[in-house]
Amino acid sequence: MKLAIQVNTGPYTHQGSDTAYQFTKAALAKGHEITRVFFYHDGVNNGTRLTTPPQDDRNIVNRWGALSEEHGLDMVVCVAAAQRRGLVDEGEAKRNKKDATNIAPGFRISGLGQLVEAAIQADRLVVFGD
Amino acid sequence: MLHIINKSPFERDNLDSCLRHAGPGSTILFIEDGVYAAMNGTTMADKINEAMGDLTFRVLGEDLEARGIVDKVMDGVERIDYAGFVDLVTESDKVQSWM
Amino acid sequence: MNDEQIIKQFMYVNRRAPHGTIYAQESLEVVLIGAAFDQDVSVAFIDDGVYQLVKGQDTKKAEVKNFSNAYRALEDYDVEKLYVEQESLESRGLSESDLIVDVQMKSADEIKQLMEEQDVLLTF
Repeated sequence: MKLAIQVNTGPYTHQGSDTAYQFTKAALAKGHEITRVFFYHDGVNNGTRLTTPPQDDRNIVNRWGALSEEHGLDMVVCVAAAQRRGLVDEGEAKRNKKDATNIAPGFRISGLGQLVEAAIQADRLVVFGD
Repeated sequence: MLHIINKSPFERDNLDSCLRHAGPGSTILFIEDGVYAAMNGTTMADKINEAMGDLTFRVLGEDLEARGIVDKVMDGVERIDYAGFVDLVTESDKVQSWM
Repeated sequence: MNDEQIIKQFMYVNRRAPHGTIYAQESLEVVLIGAAFDQDVSVAFIDDGVYQLVKGQDTKKAEVKNFSNAYRALEDYDVEKLYVEQESLESRGLSESDLIVDVQMKSADEIKQLMEEQDVLLTF
């Protein structure tokens, strides 16, 4: 089955990103297709490469990146939500005259239309949030 | 329909609202802090027991274990794991997460 | 198969008040962008979500964004099915005349039935 995932909460503060990750991993293990993981609201904060979690804790950003690389996941960070919260890639830095980028590998910034499109094309949309 | 509850019923009214809007034949899955709703002896237990006539309740085991309440789950709320969560999603015609 | 050939029933379920959190505003942004995809869209306001539609919101002194006028623009985007739950409104001491836009009043049972008819439900 085609599953789309929406992640509304940032790393560590809420469990949403963890649960979404575990669900996504389990779905892939069962042979389902994850058509897109869309990060909205504070969920965009899962896409920063600048986190330094303690060594004895899970690295939420990196494990999303690793899962994405292993399975070719399309992980999209909503541009409007990203702009509000300071998630920046090269394109956004140029457009909005920012002096840095912080997007993590495996994530791309794109519009809300990607969420709606994912909901239309997938068989199920599962939302993880607060 | 699969309804997902991720908050304690003592923190938020998500479960309350869900119970008022879940059609017969629906499944309600407790995850994250929502698993506290599955504990026996709470002030929510009667409401949940009553709803069991029309609705099916499931609870995510990994979140029970994280919270140390594995042995405190009420009768009638079956424990599933992340793989079972995936199955619930694919076997239901749609999913609603109660935020 | 391209997007134009799939038409799904989308319901956006709003359960939270405006301004205290961003969910009301950012959910509206999904509805507005989503309108371009020609799906069968409805927006339900239940529980504290009914507060989003209260008229006369003046955010100047709180210095937060006033997005309440955008609810009036939904009609221009062909999003015409706005459902407000009667019980939620009444239990909060509000009535239809307090609202900024024309809506369809629905009972909780009717909202329950409408939810069952959807393909995709997004709760904010």
